[in-house]
Amino acid sequence: MHQLTIAEIIRGLRDKQFSSVELTSHYLERIQQLDSQFNSFITVTSEQALKEAATADARLAQGDAPALCGVPVAHKDIFCTNGVRTSCGSKMLDNFVPPYDATVIHNFQQAGAISLGKTNMDEFAMGSSNETSYYGAVKNPWDVERIPGGSSGGSAAAVAALLAPGATATDTGGSIRQPAAMTGTTGLKPTYGRVSRWGMIAFASSLDQGGPITRTAEDAALMLSIMASPDAKDSTCLDRPVQDYTAQLNDAIAGLKIGVPSEYFGEGLDSEVGARVQDALKEYEKLGAELVEISLPHSKLAVPAYYVIAPAEASANLSRFDGVRYGYRCENPADLRDLYMRSRGEGFGEEVKRRILVGSYALSAGYYDAYYNKAQQVRRLIKQDFVDAFDKVDVIMGPTAPNPAFKLGEKNADPVAMYLEDIYTIATNLAGLPGMSIPCGFAHGLPVGLQIIGNYLDEARMLNVAHQFQQASDWHQQTAPAAE
Amino acid sequence: MAVDAQTIEKLAELARIAISEETIDEVSSRLGDVLQLVDQLQAVNTDGVEPMAHPLDEVQVLRKDAVTEPNRREAFLALAPQSEAGLYLVPKVID
Amino acid sequence: MEWEVVIGLEVHVQLATQSKIFSGASTAFGADPNTQACAVDLAMPGTLPVPNEEAFRFAVMFGLAMNAEIGKRSVFERKNYFYPDLPKGYQTTQLEQPIVGEGQIEIHLEDGSSKTVRLHHAHLEEDAGKSLHEDFHGMSGIDLNRAGTPLIEIVSEPDMRSAAEAVAYLKKIHSIVTYLGISDGDMSQGSLRCDANVSVRLKGEEELGTRTEIKNLNSFRFIEKAIKVEAQRQIDLIEDGGRVVQETRLYDADKNETRSMRSKEVANDYRYFPCPDLLPVVLSDEYIEQVRGDLPELPDAKCARFEKEYGLSAYDADQLTQERLTANYFEQVAAKSGEAKLAANWVMGEVAALLNREEKSIEQSPVNAEHLAGLIARIKDGTISSKIAKQVFEAMANGDGDADAVIEAKGLKQVSDTGAIEKLVDDVIAASSAQVENYRNADPDKRPKMMGFFVGQIMKASKGQANPQMINKILKEKLDALL
Repeated sequence: MHQLTIAEIIRGLRDKQFSSVELTSHYLERIQQLDSQFNSFITVTSEQALKEAATADARLAQGDAPALCGVPVAHKDIFCTNGVRTSCGSKMLDNFVPPYDATVIHNFQQAGAISLGKTNMDEFAMGSSNETSYYGAVKNPWDVERIPGGSSGGSAAAVAALLAPGATATDTGGSIRQPAAMTGTTGLKPTYGRVSRWGMIAFASSLDQGGPITRTAEDAALMLSIMASPDAKDSTCLDRPVQDYTAQLNDAIAGLKIGVPSEYFGEGLDSEVGARVQDALKEYEKLGAELVEISLPHSKLAVPAYYVIAPAEASANLSRFDGVRYGYRCENPADLRDLYMRSRGEGFGEEVKRRILVGSYALSAGYYDAYYNKAQQVRRLIKQDFVDAFDKVDVIMGPTAPNPAFKLGEKNADPVAMYLEDIYTIATNLAGLPGMSIPCGFAHGLPVGLQIIGNYLDEARMLNVAHQFQQASDWHQQTAPAAE
Repeated sequence: MAVDAQTIEKLAELARIAISEETIDEVSSRLGDVLQLVDQLQAVNTDGVEPMAHPLDEVQVLRKDAVTEPNRREAFLALAPQSEAGLYLVPKVID
Repeated sequence: MEWEVVIGLEVHVQLATQSKIFSGASTAFGADPNTQACAVDLAMPGTLPVPNEEAFRFAVMFGLAMNAEIGKRSVFERKNYFYPDLPKGYQTTQLEQPIVGEGQIEIHLEDGSSKTVRLHHAHLEEDAGKSLHEDFHGMSGIDLNRAGTPLIEIVSEPDMRSAAEAVAYLKKIHSIVTYLGISDGDMSQGSLRCDANVSVRLKGEEELGTRTEIKNLNSFRFIEKAIKVEAQRQIDLIEDGGRVVQETRLYDADKNETRSMRSKEVANDYRYFPCPDLLPVVLSDEYIEQVRGDLPELPDAKCARFEKEYGLSAYDADQLTQERLTANYFEQVAAKSGEAKLAANWVMGEVAALLNREEKSIEQSPVNAEHLAGLIARIKDGTISSKIAKQVFEAMANGDGDADAVIEAKGLKQVSDTGAIEKLVDDVIAASSAQVENYRNADPDKRPKMMGFFVGQIMKASKGQANPQMINKILKEKLDALL
């Protein structure tokens, strides 16, 4: 039953092949039996899930079932869930139980979906390996010695290990696409502002965007249709109608113009990873697409610009965690300053502290122009590269990450090496463009991700392009041995 | 390229994050690595380029002036490390 | 050496919106602690701000009233610092692109002169909560009801040269925001607060001296005193060979002195940057013109109209128009009584004195506009003298009903009946043979003066109610008849 895709589950539930309670119990049992190897969940909400499943079965019986009625999903622990601990992977929020729901959570409830629990993540979504979580590292189902990618490592691992058919995630610099690539799953980061950020704990407000991690493009389309919505509670959320992302899935892609940026195939790219991506591009040619060599000249500046802008925004976004109104407070503070210094010093992990300090530095008197302002100028140059490219092509393709999953602990000592794992994904966040990662083969026995970058609000086309590849290949159907 | 301890202390004060004496060297050298990475930006000519604070050129939609939020004090205060008489408690504020 | 005081003011005005600037929580004053602090105001994780349309409309109204440029594209920034009454750890405010740009206003001084004060800019921002200092076993309590209340911070150029000018400027701001109805202007509730930047320099000196900032002045009286005492402190300091240090100071009303706020002295680096949760606010010319069209009559315009329409002096017109409600009260009295001059004198005289005595505002006046108009009408038609009118006014203030009722009840009607007055005159002449004798023997040009004695006696006998003109006429006839 855990082999089913979301699309198959929807049909199965409506055709009464199985009930939501059966399905939900099955996933809960798998999580209970298998997740100790992966550590992909922080909180499992069995009771609530079964209650929701029973309600869903009743609605299915009455025939008033909304889109995802009875479909179990997992949520990244960055989305606030009313009455369920929301930790953001941090000691700071280990005891935080929000009295409100994120809009994304609300949307899934309205759609009748079941929540299995909250998935593990890098602390405050700051990381590319899911090793900075207060709840311990997540292990890659393809090789438990290796990282699943980050920051949405728990969501990716849970889907790869077939502990959930789909999971929500967030992407600030690659945190959906990179773990999807590492775990052989399908991940989509929408256009900035397409999915509401209300109740999604902020890392870098102008870059954060929620999206799904699933096993197929079709499932990603089904989940995105639920996640995406205008939201008056989020000033940066786009007030535009949501497309039917499944409508164009089966359209032929003959004549599609695929931009291939030379900068994405240069130094630092693992040769086997590069080869798998080239194979995928050839496959697209077979499907009638045309490859167009393009250039994104400012690509190499994406990582430096990002590591100014994201920490700068984070340094302010994380100031609210001060031990006064909620979350961690240090033992017997001597005075107000001590309360702040120790609550934050003890409540945050090393990577989070490092980024807050970097951000404070970039914004501080005398450095603002040289760092923050400069980075925002470079950001515009990076966006312009894409705008020019999309005058010539329909989508852009390249590798999602330069390497397959690396060993746990391998890059801990060197933050910069870790940052470079996001070298191909960060630019789309800076530009606000939608991006996907889909499985396109294996390198060194580990999954490789093909990145598809779409134009603004062109998610439907991106999904169509991904789906057509998955009709012609079976990489997305390979499952991690440990998932059996 | 390490950042000097004095700078680290100033940043730690601004960010209200305690950094122990033992870790300060490591923090300063790692911070130095990051700054070295971002210093690549200095080489770029950005004369006349408008800084981009938002990925999309959208403008703000304003909210109607209406009271929509009920009193949920008890639900929120229940999350507080220390509270009394409807107030959040902190070590004495002096000014 | 002659010193010159240089003053610039930063005025914080709470806007009278129903809800907060970035959330739907109520801004009503005086609620139980934290009952009006919602998830956004408390900076709960994942919550986001959405700006209040009305706060912008109010800010634009103010800008137009200050003859200022309106920021057609304004941007919110984050001002980062840690304080328990600041839940997000930053204040959302405006720095580079404020909603109101440069402007200027006329202020009117006691001596009747006026002066232009330049506005540097005014920006929208959120208020902070409150730290309550009564002791909770050694801790402070935080109430965040006020957090997120919309403010405009109005920053003047250092154009004021005396405490009196500073007060006049502040009164003008107060009068404008209350005329516009964008704030209740209630200083006792903190709706209007003021920080004063004060420095001194030798007269004729070009360069500004080092300034200090006096924080949280919340009454006109304190502002005047605080500026005076701080300026003197700086002068004494310099004359004793010392130097003024740039710092934030607090005014202690009991000791009438300012003292350094050391706690605020920790080197601040606010790390301002554009708030990524909010987008630029763009206002169209049509919108701005529509707001301009809806502006009410402002103090200066009303003042000019009063001079012209009611023939009042510039000073009177200014006095009557400083507060919108006083101006309305006057206009009602003037209209109903048809005697603008008398109305003005009574409103600025007896009514002002009464309100002062009873510490009441004009809308709480014990004598309403209708009653005062009735009283003035009776003076006009000669029913009572202005002297009696003061008695009637006091009676009305004590709630004895309208003028006619009081005059009737107390029998204060002026006696104008010839027979009655002739009798009074005859009685007094009969009872004053000696004075009559002196009058007859007196040098003719001395006589008019000597009549005063008889008039006084007659008035006394009539308890002040006899018509003075008639007394004079009849008395003269009768005395001259005796020559």
